Amino acid sequence: MKFGIIVSAGPYTHQASDTAYQFSKAVLERGHEILRIFFYHDGVNNGTRLTTPPQDDRHITNRWSELAAKHELDLVVCVAAAQRRGIVDVGEAKRHGKDANNIAPGFRISGLGQLIEVGIQADRVITFGD
Amino acid sequence: MCINRRAPYGTIYALEGLEVVLMGAAFEQDISVVYLDDGVYQLKKGQDTTDSSIKNFSPTYRALASYGVEKLYVETESMEDRGLSEHDLIVPVKMISGAELTELMEQQDVILNY
Repeated sequence: MKFGIIVSAGPYTHQASDTAYQFSKAVLERGHEILRIFFYHDGVNNGTRLTTPPQDDRHITNRWSELAAKHELDLVVCVAAAQRRGIVDVGEAKRHGKDANNIAPGFRISGLGQLIEVGIQADRVITFGD
Repeated sequence: MCINRRAPYGTIYALEGLEVVLMGAAFEQDISVVYLDDGVYQLKKGQDTTDSSIKNFSPTYRALASYGVEKLYVETESMEDRGLSEHDLIVPVKMISGAELTELMEQQDVILNY
């Protein structure tokens, strides 16, 4: 089955992004396909490589990056939500005159059209977060 | 289907729900938009956000029809609970009961919640 995943909650405060990760891992292990994971609202905060949790805690951002590398996942951060929250890639930093970028490996910034597209292409779209 | 359950201001969800509907329309999707619970306030006439410095985006709802978005549903119970009638809303809608909404949701391919 082809899945689309929406992560709309930020890391650590709520369990939603953990659950999204565990769900994604489980469906991939069962041989299903994930067309795209769309990070939306506060969920865009999953995609900053500056995340530095305590060493004895799970590293939510790195965990996504590793899962993406292993399964060639398309991790898309909503551009409008990202701009509001300071999640920036090289192109966005240049465009808006910022002195740095912070997008994590495996993530890319794109628009809401990517969410609509995965809704069209996937058999199931599942939202994690409110 | 896009389901809107929150008041127009106080959170960003109402605005985002509107954005995703417009994007879905750009992709020529068959879109139903539902307003229930406090979400019915999103369509209320006479919104004035001057004192809160937040943009009043309610005029955009009137543009939905021109984007081909014409299936707007409002849950009757949510309206009654809040003392609202169709005359209080800025756009024409179809009033449906919670039970009818359940049936409508069964028919959808994708449901997004805001």
